[in-house]
Amino acid sequence: MAAISRDEVAHLARLSRLAVTEDELDMFAGQLDVILQSVARIGDVAAADIPPTSHSVPLTNVLREDVVVPGISREDALAMAPDSAEDRFRVPRILEEEA
Amino acid sequence: MATYEPVIGLETHVELGTNTKMFCGCPTVFGAEPNTQVCPVCLGLPGSLPVANKAAIEATIRIGLALNCSIATWCRFARKNYFYPDMPKNFQISQYDEPLCVDGYLDVDVDGQTIRVGIERVHLEEDTGKTLHIGGATGRIHGATESLVDYNRAGIPLVEIVTKPVAGTGQLAPAVARAYVTELRDLLRTLDVSDVRMEQGSMRCDVNTSLNKPGEEWGTRTETKNVNSLRSVERAVRSEMLRQASVLDAGGSITQETRHFHEDTGDTTSGRSKETATDYRYFPEPDLVPLAPDPAWVETLKAALPETPRARRARLQQEWRVSDHDLQSIVNAGAVELIEATVAAGATPDAARKWWLGELARRANNDGVELSALAVTPADVAELQQLVDAGKLTDKLARQVLEGTLAGEGSPSAVMAARGVEVVSDTGALTAAVDEAIAANPDVAAKIREGKVAAAGVLVGAVMKATRGQADAKTVRDLIVSRLS
Repeated sequence: MAAISRDEVAHLARLSRLAVTEDELDMFAGQLDVILQSVARIGDVAAADIPPTSHSVPLTNVLREDVVVPGISREDALAMAPDSAEDRFRVPRILEEEA
Repeated sequence: MATYEPVIGLETHVELGTNTKMFCGCPTVFGAEPNTQVCPVCLGLPGSLPVANKAAIEATIRIGLALNCSIATWCRFARKNYFYPDMPKNFQISQYDEPLCVDGYLDVDVDGQTIRVGIERVHLEEDTGKTLHIGGATGRIHGATESLVDYNRAGIPLVEIVTKPVAGTGQLAPAVARAYVTELRDLLRTLDVSDVRMEQGSMRCDVNTSLNKPGEEWGTRTETKNVNSLRSVERAVRSEMLRQASVLDAGGSITQETRHFHEDTGDTTSGRSKETATDYRYFPEPDLVPLAPDPAWVETLKAALPETPRARRARLQQEWRVSDHDLQSIVNAGAVELIEATVAAGATPDAARKWWLGELARRANNDGVELSALAVTPADVAELQQLVDAGKLTDKLARQVLEGTLAGEGSPSAVMAARGVEVVSDTGALTAAVDEAIAANPDVAAKIREGKVAAAGVLVGAVMKATRGQADAKTVRDLIVSRLS
């Protein structure tokens, strides 16, 4: 049985706002399935006494003091945006399904 | 309505009052010009990496401890993915299945009962940017053609406090919701972790409500967002209870959905339905290492917690010798700290209470502001009462002087000096004024001599007029009677 269905790939593409064609859906579903099945093989050797790894380095509590560090100017920030107005980033209407 | 039992739950978001954002060193000043408190981290630029703010973690642990929670010995941040431009990264760093604090409670007093509100979790995340919708009516997203985004708020540490479901409070549910949020606000203020200003959005509430018939399973709940004042919390629960009851009475069923509260009408309207709500695809945040608060550090923080507002109220009630009812009036008026400070400045508890719940409460009510927003300090009130006690002001004059202080003319003694207000206590001047009044009203004086003391009112009025109201009426009356006996 496949680790991921074509419908799930289509759903993820929609959540990620990726325009994926029907042909691509077939292709990606197949590729992702191979990847997921390969990763799932790790489960074959996982033992109860080995906690899941979420970070590759065994570190905790990397924290910073609450001290202000200068950021970047508004001009620089907005210059990187595709569009801006009234000192703000301008984006197209969102959540069309709500309008 | 009485045929249904409500179950409520509250999610409260609180912006912490740290100097910098959660994962970068940008400042967090409220009201700054748009996009002037930003950097590559909070703008989500490629290659930037977050580092957690120690002060925010400490504040969250203190909140958890004050809410009687267990503090995690190990937990992680999680990435919450969604497509919306209020976070430029396209995700928000939050906590998912490993919150920093779990399983606590907060006791609240409603209508003479103590209700224990269970706390499910307290977790830490980052606030989002502010979007301004253009092209639609009144800045709402409906009908908007484009949005303008300000990322100053994006990344400010945000604590989410989630209650367990609160059942069994019946018709008190709206009042319980309000009492809980009030108590939580006061607690957070005491901890000094946030300015908890609902009108500025540094504290925001979502209210879950469901109804069920007694003995039956809990009903489908709705989540009401946009509830941004204490009064609105109560109204939102009440209006949602009424709406759901009428749907159920008509044989309908409740849709699980997000609803929006409207401050102007007190109603809720349907928002985005849950079935279109985004699939957030949470996973452990790979750019941040786990948090493992040292138990010794947590113990140190616990030992240093301040007295809770509730414990403080119980203590003050004893010290001030006031009834439950009077204490509730003081709490409702938001006058606990003000009276405490006034007493500390030298006034008696009774005098402090008289001013804050009397003249000043009336004034605040007329102006539509909180007591604490009035231009008078506890020290002013204490001074005013001392002037009355010293006989330099009558109650009536004291109210005039208070007007001056409220109008920004300075402390009570400064207002007295500037306005030339003071009780005429110089008996010589007062006696002269009394004799003048007697001479001018021989008929009245004759009546008083015959024992009709009630007639003295006319003479008192004349003397008060002559002294421009700056005499003590009782002293004047006594003087008149003694001159004519």
